[in-house]
Amino acid sequence: MRASQGMPKRSPLGAWLDRKQDLFISSILLVVALSAISGLVVITAFIFKEGLPIMLQVGVGKFVSSSDWYPAEGHFGIFPMIMGSLAVTAGALVIGGVLGLGCAVVLTQFCPRWAVSILKPSIELLAGIPSVVYGFIGVVILVPMIRVHLGGPGLSVLASSIVLGIMMLPTVTSISVDALQAVPKAYRDGSIALGATHWQTTRMVILKASRSGLVAAMILGMGRAVGETMAVIMVAGNTLDVPDSILAPVRTLTSNIALEMGYAAGDHRKALFATGVVLFVIIMILNTIALTVSRRRSRRKSGA
Amino acid sequence: MTAQHKIHSKDLNLWYGDFHALKDVSIAVRDRMITAIIGPSGCGKSTLLRCFNRMNDLNAAVRVQGGLFLDGQDCYGARLPLTQLRKRVGMVFQRPNPFPLSIFDNVAYGPRVHGVTGKDRLAEIVEQSLASTALWDVLKDRLWEPALDLSAEQQQRLCISRLVAVEPEVLLMDEPCSALDPIATEHIEELMRTLAEKYTIIIVTHNMQQAARISKETGFMLLGELVEFGQTEQVFTNPRDKRTEDYVTGRYG
Repeated sequence: MRASQGMPKRSPLGAWLDRKQDLFISSILLVVALSAISGLVVITAFIFKEGLPIMLQVGVGKFVSSSDWYPAEGHFGIFPMIMGSLAVTAGALVIGGVLGLGCAVVLTQFCPRWAVSILKPSIELLAGIPSVVYGFIGVVILVPMIRVHLGGPGLSVLASSIVLGIMMLPTVTSISVDALQAVPKAYRDGSIALGATHWQTTRMVILKASRSGLVAAMILGMGRAVGETMAVIMVAGNTLDVPDSILAPVRTLTSNIALEMGYAAGDHRKALFATGVVLFVIIMILNTIALTVSRRRSRRKSGA
Repeated sequence: MTAQHKIHSKDLNLWYGDFHALKDVSIAVRDRMITAIIGPSGCGKSTLLRCFNRMNDLNAAVRVQGGLFLDGQDCYGARLPLTQLRKRVGMVFQRPNPFPLSIFDNVAYGPRVHGVTGKDRLAEIVEQSLASTALWDVLKDRLWEPALDLSAEQQQRLCISRLVAVEPEVLLMDEPCSALDPIATEHIEELMRTLAEKYTIIIVTHNMQQAARISKETGFMLLGELVEFGQTEQVFTNPRDKRTEDYVTGRYG
């Protein structure tokens, strides 16, 4: 049949080679795919192996709830860092979330097409700036501004939140834009034809229709903020206190690891890995919460 | 222009960029009656329909010239704001397009947009509107379910309820049955006949039988021109223009 269709007839050896080749390629691809996943597994296992024993030795409850971090004396409590990470991330989410979502709404609903094609790539370009540059601009411009106009040392929760908020803009904006653009035009037409204004249409139909995508945008932005290290170290002040105001300096979980890893040894080093374990768990919890929310919403939307 | 003309246009011209889509269209649509606009694809019938509630304004490349009047009031004038015009002249689309909200919120959407806030008042409007499209008895226990769960016919009925809820005067229907099966089509046509007692209905359709079945007056469009306009029976049985005759006898289109 093959020959009748003009295909060259293969010898049995050739056919065998064909099959072998498929098998060969697919096993190579499998190895590549597995190595990506196994990288993740190995890293996770390593962090837990290094960090868990010291956590158990100190006591998990004490480790996360104590405010005493004196590695030389064997006191390991990371409560201030946990609060620091949460405060900074929440602040960044407020600033970056509002700005990013606002940006996406303007770009998709109120901008001519040519303006979108210039503005969206420029916002995405922000993602390419190294984080140390953000930190540097923060230290040189933002921190003195806060110190002069609002008081405090300047190095603060507020400064970190602003820097992180801007850093997460590209992520939040571009994913929100995609979510908003995915809303069928028929919804907009239907609303406009009822005499709604553009803003009413956006607020009451389009934002609701794209809610799950917007939640996803916030999650990914938040992931960027929780994990960011360099820029935060430069503008956060890194003191070991639970922040009592947005103008207070703060140390995050990531900064704690980065700042002390260079000279830590023994239990101290293990405690830094344990910090990593906590960071890991926090990110997992945040993502799970956010994913469930967005999945429940989208299920209700499709009505299944 | 007599008082019973609800909408009329005078030498209406429309361009999509360089393309001349409507050419000197003058049409007068009578109140509380179904008027059909027929013609082959691309003849400009949907474009004309979208002029009546200025939906063409959403397309920046569109340029309109000529007069368009609702109850003698200039549709492009300052005395008739765009949102008011669209409230008075509502539109049903080809594909049912309920919002991804609950059934209740879909119907309550229009009133909310136009400033109705009272919970009881909204519930009342929703009930009346759904009743007017014969959906109330079927859906009254399912008001908070997603509108997208409904069948295509129910979705289209819901879109009509959603429109009725803002108390419009004119209903524009852009091939409202083309996404429906024959039985659903029959149901919607029945509904249109009932609605015609209260509303002026303009329907665009490429289904000639449908136009013949439901409309009192029919306009035939070809290449952006309104070739003929008159009593439906006359247009179908005794057309004045050769081109109309060719179309309704199925020689092209």
